[in-house]
Amino acid sequence: MPMRKVMKGNEAAAWAAKLAKPKVVAAFPITPSTLVPEKISEFVADGEMDAEFIKVESEHSAISACVGASAAGVRAFTATASQGLALMHEILFIAAGMRLPIVMAIGNRSLSAPINIWNDWQDTISERDTGWMQFYAENNQEALDLILIAFKVAEDERVLLPAMVGFDAFILTHTVEPVEIPDQEVVDEFLGEYVPKHAYLDPARPITQGALGFPAHYMEARYTVWQAMENARKVIKEVFDEFEKKFGRKYHMIEEYRTEDAEVILLTMGSLAGTLKEFIDKKREEGVKIGAAKMTVYRPFPIEEIRALAKKTKVLAILEKNISFGIGGAVYTDVSRALVNEKEKPIILDFIIGLGGRDVTFEQLEEVVEISKKALEGEKVEEVNWIGLRKEIL
Amino acid sequence: MAVRKPPITTREYWAPGHAACAGCGPAIVMRLATKAFSEAMEAKYGDPNAFAIAHATGCMEVVSGVFPYTAWKAPWIHVAFENAGAVASGIDAAWKKLGRKGKILAIGGDGGTADIGIQALSGMLERRHNVVYLMYDNEAYMNTGIQRSSSTPYGAWTTTSPPGKYSIGEDKPKKWVALIAAAHQVPYVATASIGDPYDFYRKMKKAASVDGPAFVQVLAPCVPGWRTPPEKTVELAKLAIETGLWPLFEIENGDFHNIKFQRFPKDGKFKKPIEDYLRLQGRFKHLFKKPESIEELKRQIKEVWRILGKEVELL
Ligand SMILES: Cc1ncc(C[n+]2csc(CCOP(=O)(O)OP(=O)(O)O)c2C)c(N)n1
Ligand code: SF4
Repeated sequence: MPMRKVMKGNEAAAWAAKLAKPKVVAAFPITPSTLVPEKISEFVADGEMDAEFIKVESEHSAISACVGASAAGVRAFTATASQGLALMHEILFIAAGMRLPIVMAIGNRSLSAPINIWNDWQDTISERDTGWMQFYAENNQEALDLILIAFKVAEDERVLLPAMVGFDAFILTHTVEPVEIPDQEVVDEFLGEYVPKHAYLDPARPITQGALGFPAHYMEARYTVWQAMENARKVIKEVFDEFEKKFGRKYHMIEEYRTEDAEVILLTMGSLAGTLKEFIDKKREEGVKIGAAKMTVYRPFPIEEIRALAKKTKVLAILEKNISFGIGGAVYTDVSRALVNEKEKPIILDFIIGLGGRDVTFEQLEEVVEISKKALEGEKVEEVNWIGLRKEIL
Repeated sequence: MAVRKPPITTREYWAPGHAACAGCGPAIVMRLATKAFSEAMEAKYGDPNAFAIAHATGCMEVVSGVFPYTAWKAPWIHVAFENAGAVASGIDAAWKKLGRKGKILAIGGDGGTADIGIQALSGMLERRHNVVYLMYDNEAYMNTGIQRSSSTPYGAWTTTSPPGKYSIGEDKPKKWVALIAAAHQVPYVATASIGDPYDFYRKMKKAASVDGPAFVQVLAPCVPGWRTPPEKTVELAKLAIETGLWPLFEIENGDFHNIKFQRFPKDGKFKKPIEDYLRLQGRFKHLFKKPESIEELKRQIKEVWRILGKEVELL
């Protein structure tokens, strides 16, 4: 029988790692994810988890050791956030290019400067072009589930790409919620043992991994990463279905909330989706035709689902906790790509919100709705809006 | 008639057809090191092939693994420039869990070891992974076209330490990574030179035979980097020993009080002048216009010997 426990997001991630039975875990502490390796070391110390836990001297070495382990043919796991993820940046490309299905938990946190330990998504968003799949959790249950799902998708032979699962710093990493821990036997059935055909460092069958690719081959190698990410769309949906059958919880690339007859839809990711749902309920009571949508999978980008969503609304307002300087939010530019050639499309607006752990309040969300309404009525508004700025200190 | 066993194994792991320069010192290192490894693995695990190689970016990685070819007849992986130690740690952990018997060989140049890779190397040694880290020391970044590293010796020309009106060339003493490795108190640390291949071979075998981490720093001349003729590679590596410029030693468990030396003259007096070594190389040519710079180089080398516990005389 699945067990229910009240736990922090970090513990949920550690539990997911335990259930997935990676043979190698390598990690280095960073706020807000520190509890993940701590909890895993406890599991290992108590003999509840049969993994080699490498206490590396940096995140760069954490991911490098995971690459070594995965290339040697075993399931590998790590966790980090923020500067730690940024330090891994170089190796993230390599893990994907070598098609190693490593899974990593991220307590989504802002990047320096100024140094700030609180939540936004700048860390993972900055790694969106590395070839890693990206999942974002709304709550602690999703953090656990999505890590298991990530392993299953990553190890699928049609995919073979690494994956990161983000859950918001403090809002989830340090907040306790009831989480259902699935039965080990069911997880075993779901994941099976990882036995790669493409990556092994076996003296009985010597192969060369990580060779130099001349211009004659490089593009093709990169193209296979593109293809794998394209394949991942289908595989993720299959795995979502299988997960529902086995564990009873249903996931979607994009989950919609009260989008029927909506004139404005607010699209977001992560824990902000929870706040939004409450806000939408309130607005609906006031008779405002408004809905919300939560993007669970950010890479591969859910292009078809965005198109379907866009058909349902007149304004698509994107709320995102990240910024690509000189253009706007990353999700905004991605959504624009998905819709650019559609005959009919809604007005697309971008709202940069809650950076560095600033609370997202209902007043701020009201402001988002105000601006969206103005646009709906044909008034000219900014395409990229910073919400909740303290203008008095600028 | 009794057939004499060859002094070193005839098994090859470094295949012909790699793209190294004629006379490449590090290429000799690759061949000898893997042979020695295989002999050690045979003795230790009954399987000469019981090893895998994690290679840092650099000249030897680039010349050996050009897709779709490979010069490696052993399981081999290259990930990046600075992380051979960490990648090897991951493989070691995976092998432990897979119950696979054997040892990991991590290979890096002086740049990938003394500079950018030193953190991953230190972590790997400190955690006591079952890895031999082999630093082939050609005393500069050759793959990017001869820039100085912290292992470049005093006075040497490189493209980023050019001699000039206000410069003698490289102006800092060489960093001796073997001493840093030994400070980790790991089972085995050694320096070697391809100028004494049997000594290098023995040390690689020893390194591969110990339980836990080991580190070997081997001098390996580079033809374009040192501006030398290809046929002089081994002679140079030999002269480095004979002039006293390249100490050969072994340190076990970080015991600096019991360093074992090889090829050390009984009276502490090296018989060949260091000029014999310097004169053969374009990278030191300018030193001969400033004899005091050669004195400074000698002073620095004597200092290293003194740290090792030996008072020496250099010619
Ligand atoms: C992070 C990073 N910085 C720089 C480089 C460029 N680079 C590749 S190999 C190399 C020098 C290698 O020097 P060394 O380790 O001494 O080996 P050698 O080429 O001399 O064999 C450099 C600077 C790189 N690949 N990665
Ligand atoms: S440049 Fe130097 S190290 Fe590189 S292949 Fe040529 S001789 Fe060997």
